[in-house]
Amino acid sequence: MKQTETDVAIIGGGPAGLAAAVEADKAGCKVMIIERDDGLGGILQQCIHPGFGLHEFKEELAGPEYAQRYIDMLEKAKIEVMLGTMVLDITPKKEIFAINEQGVVKVQAKAIVLAMGCRERTRGAIKIPGYRPTGVYTAGTAQRFVNIEGFMPGTRYVILGSGDIGMIMARRLTWEGAKVEAVVEIMPYPSGLVRNKVQCLDDYGIPLYLSHTVVRVHGKDRVTGITIARVDENWKMVPGTEMFFNCDTLLLSVGLIPENEVSKKAGIKLAKTNGPEVNQFLQTNVDGIFASGNVLQVHDLVDNVAMEAKRAGIMAAMYATGVRLPSINATDAVPLVAGNGIGYVLPNKINTNVDQALASMIGPVKVSLRVKKPVDEMYVKIKNGTNEIYKKYSKHLRPSEMAILELAKDALKGIDKTQPIEVYLEPKPAKDVTTEAKHE
Amino acid sequence: MNDAVKKQKDVICIICPNSCAITVKQMADGGKLIIEGQGCNRGETYATDEFLAPKRTLATTVRIRGAFIPLLPVRSSVPVPKEKLNDILDLLARIEVQAPFKCGAVVVQNVLGLGADIIATRTLPVDSCAKVACELKQ
Repeated sequence: MKQTETDVAIIGGGPAGLAAAVEADKAGCKVMIIERDDGLGGILQQCIHPGFGLHEFKEELAGPEYAQRYIDMLEKAKIEVMLGTMVLDITPKKEIFAINEQGVVKVQAKAIVLAMGCRERTRGAIKIPGYRPTGVYTAGTAQRFVNIEGFMPGTRYVILGSGDIGMIMARRLTWEGAKVEAVVEIMPYPSGLVRNKVQCLDDYGIPLYLSHTVVRVHGKDRVTGITIARVDENWKMVPGTEMFFNCDTLLLSVGLIPENEVSKKAGIKLAKTNGPEVNQFLQTNVDGIFASGNVLQVHDLVDNVAMEAKRAGIMAAMYATGVRLPSINATDAVPLVAGNGIGYVLPNKINTNVDQALASMIGPVKVSLRVKKPVDEMYVKIKNGTNEIYKKYSKHLRPSEMAILELAKDALKGIDKTQPIEVYLEPKPAKDVTTEAKHE
Repeated sequence: MNDAVKKQKDVICIICPNSCAITVKQMADGGKLIIEGQGCNRGETYATDEFLAPKRTLATTVRIRGAFIPLLPVRSSVPVPKEKLNDILDLLARIEVQAPFKCGAVVVQNVLGLGADIIATRTLPVDSCAKVACELKQ
């Protein structure tokens, strides 16, 4: 068995792994990326549409271009990359066991950044009944076929789920000469960005059926059609609202699940969202193992992935050089919980007794969240017991967009550690003119 | 004064998350534009462009020989008129390039005279396996 050592090992060479590697290297650490695919860039390589990097590079880049910027930085810094290498096991001692064409490799790291990303929810996960004919694909698989491998999975499509990948694929398939009959969304609002609905569906007259779902897949060997129907507020089909579409392919764009099989093996505790539980240092319950990117939480923008991963890279580098970062298991770690209107919130715990020097080096505590449903004219508030520690007005909040808040330096002073810190929404009072002026 | 509307278009603004529903009306008399529903000046500019000359950045693929994958992703260097998208797609469907290709390199210069280049968005080096397969075929 080949054995090697590094300061910071990064599992995954997608956008999160690349950004974490560049930062850990800048901090002076020996860094190694372990990637199972034959190239770097992860999912960005198949996202050939533009719209990436507006914050990070102040330009609108295609996915592979964005990846290339980071790959160039990596090559310049001579960061070690192991391609075609699948991590099988991670231990709490930060030993990584991986396999590639040369056999089994063991990497002993001082710190690890988990950056494995996520995978798509499949037909089984959403329980569509019926036969299992050819012609049912996840949107990301179809995207890889069309944009990288060079073949079309079908000619006439119905797409279930109005996530961004689904809508972008609707346009992509149309451009490649296919007919997209419908995009079907179970929620009463589109689950992707408005920009994508306008430019990918409306531009091509592709109908979007909200509050509808697929109730039947027709065909035995190959899909021959799809029946959709309206659903009520409890997602129960409304009889008599069935519609049939003649098509040969069904694409599923119904959500992503963080890919944490190896994290579990390292004894890392996962949250309800299936991402590792972390504190504000992005450190998991295993000291020295950090998480960032879609393996932690499903992001809306790659720029947000990079921002989070850079923090994880810096934390891992600090840990590798001997800085002991506060543990999520310590008694000063107070749970951060999702209250009214909030789908989830991260970090899972906030350490409240952080050394002054460390706190100022790290900067404000970043809290990211998604709302449960679209809301307007809301306050996002954070309280500890009855003590309000944060308040911000938002004109619009959408589940398709991640919100990132920053807690002021002294927000955590005098926290009652016996009470959780709760993030919640509160509607703006109808005639609250003074506060509106203050917060807009 | 003639108040008749020659052409009207509803535009959902994509500049910010407000997603304003903007209506653009062109008057029959003099062709003046009347824009309603926008929340800001950027929305007014966007709606005007969408009404007069909508543009989009085109991103697609062209065939590539000698690389480890058969497709090279490309995009237009600047947004191009929406009504020309299909013409550009038709043109690019007939193009095949040879590896190596560098990210940012021009695939088609000044495509259809529209003032936009088609540029590669990925670096694809020569793949030794693909090269051997290619030679065997010949």
